[in-house]
Amino acid sequence: MATYLIRRLLIAIPSLLGISVILFTILALAPGDPFSEMATNPNVPPEVREAIRASFGLNDPIWVRYLRWLTAMAQGDWGFSFASRINVDQLILQRLPTTLFVVGSSQILALCVALPVGIYAATRPYSVFDQIANTLAFIGFSLPTFFTGLLFILLFSVTLDWFPFVYRTDIAATGWRWYWEMFRQAIMPITVLGLFQAASYTRYVRSSVLDVIRLDYVTTARAKGLSERKVTLRHITRNALIPVVTLVALQMPAVFGGALVTEQIFRVPGIGSLLIDAILANDTPVIMAVTFVFSCLVVLFNLIADILYGWLDPRISFS
Amino acid sequence: MAGSTLASPSAEPTVAATASKAAVSPGRETWRRFKRHRLAVASCFILGFLVLGVVIGPWLWPVAINEIDFSAQLQGPSWAHPFGTDDLGQDILARMMYGGRISLAVGLAAMIVATTVGVIIGALAGMSRKIVDPFLMWVTDLFLSLPQLPLLLLVIYLFREQLKAVFGVEGGVFVLIVVVIGGLRWMPVARLVRAQFLSLREKEFVEAARAQGATKLRQMVNHILPNALGPVIVAATIEVSSAIIAESTLSFLGLGFPPDIPTWGRLLFDAKDQLDTAPHWALFPGAAIFLTVLSINFIGDGLRDALDPRRVI
Repeated sequence: MATYLIRRLLIAIPSLLGISVILFTILALAPGDPFSEMATNPNVPPEVREAIRASFGLNDPIWVRYLRWLTAMAQGDWGFSFASRINVDQLILQRLPTTLFVVGSSQILALCVALPVGIYAATRPYSVFDQIANTLAFIGFSLPTFFTGLLFILLFSVTLDWFPFVYRTDIAATGWRWYWEMFRQAIMPITVLGLFQAASYTRYVRSSVLDVIRLDYVTTARAKGLSERKVTLRHITRNALIPVVTLVALQMPAVFGGALVTEQIFRVPGIGSLLIDAILANDTPVIMAVTFVFSCLVVLFNLIADILYGWLDPRISFS
Repeated sequence: MAGSTLASPSAEPTVAATASKAAVSPGRETWRRFKRHRLAVASCFILGFLVLGVVIGPWLWPVAINEIDFSAQLQGPSWAHPFGTDDLGQDILARMMYGGRISLAVGLAAMIVATTVGVIIGALAGMSRKIVDPFLMWVTDLFLSLPQLPLLLLVIYLFREQLKAVFGVEGGVFVLIVVVIGGLRWMPVARLVRAQFLSLREKEFVEAARAQGATKLRQMVNHILPNALGPVIVAATIEVSSAIIAESTLSFLGLGFPPDIPTWGRLLFDAKDQLDTAPHWALFPGAAIFLTVLSINFIGDGLRDALDPRRVI
């Protein structure tokens, strides 16, 4: 297991480097110059501008700039935000917990819906329940998060007035009341994101349960006289979960994309809405850093999935 | 007993499928199997209606999309404005028909880009027996772990101005969005094509072609590719719907098409601040996106059943 872990960690490094190369290439190819505003400023003579450019190393060959950028990023020196004059890493650290809270809770919700529904549907293929679940799953992942978000606001905030539609960090309450208010305002973003993911997870769970349900070892387990419940939970589910873990990991980029949209709709102050604000404010350091953080999160979750995979299926970690 | 659960509810047991002796062309056979998926057939009609609506609709409903009428602000659906009006009194039906053209065109064009890139990379990886395959698959996995939406936003933020200068406002954003969405979504197709190539290139008919001296390119294009097309068609169908969602998401975030090009996502973006007073403004474009995506997904599902070479249907 230990060698497996180390191998996985080592595989993650080239992907991170590859992502950093892609990001840096995009930035380097992009037109525009951080000092273009200075060029139109009559108070800054061209020589001074050229000197400033040279002092920031903007005239160096591209691979030198890449290496410098990479070492700076690795050392945690992410620059400062043009818009708010705060260090980028501080800005992201402020926002990251909210995003992780929303994404994490929505994933838990998605799995809580998808696992029982998918398993129950697969144990009764083509029953009424299965067909309804399948159709609902189709509808679920055809409904984009921005539309469900607006529908939720329309229904639960505007018409019924149950939940607030703006996420606030400055709730004027303490103790239990604070937790209650946090919970109440987090319900809608989490549900929107969770149900969207639950729809595709349900299909994965159903099809992978269908793959194992007719295997001989399941028949053996039944023949031994185990209860149906035990067969389903112990024998079928555990083996069916192995491919599901991979598919869930592959969904991670889509999850963070969905989180970005959800944060924007409900004004959740996470890194997704930070990215949108930064783009609208032309705040390049923040945009680069947030995109990089998103990539790191995806790689991290893929790593976790790989480790889970090795734990669920010991054959993989030994090979 | 492995695999005795049929892959689809409209399936019939394999025995019956092989028993039917009547020689029918593959196309007709596919259509016969596709027809069994009722939701897919219904989706064809819905999608056809939507496409007709955006293509010939503007002739039947000749209202200018930018005709401002302050006397009819934020009105609900009426005979004069079947889908209501927005905050400038512009007719939402006319705007939706115009924007729908762009939304659907982006979906189709991005699908073509993604499928072409995916087929080329998958075919190269699947045919090579040396270093190319692992390298291309590493690149594919790398792209799969990129967060697409943030990256899309980043690229559009950085390149929008430049392309606007080259292709004009509308064309520049269109080219950019199509290329970027297509360029970030080719990976599933590439993986599919590679898997198909890996198994097909060892089949007897390819060996026969090789024995006759067919070049590698001829083997790929004439012999392997036609047999690998089934899953690619299915994946391409799904690609259209995800490209439409991607474009709508961008426009919804206010970073896609400019305000004078009312794609469905852009209409939602404009409508979201007036949800309490004019819900119809958001509901109609949202429903259009939903119906399009849903029907394309159902058609993809029907095609998957119909093109499955295992002939479970």
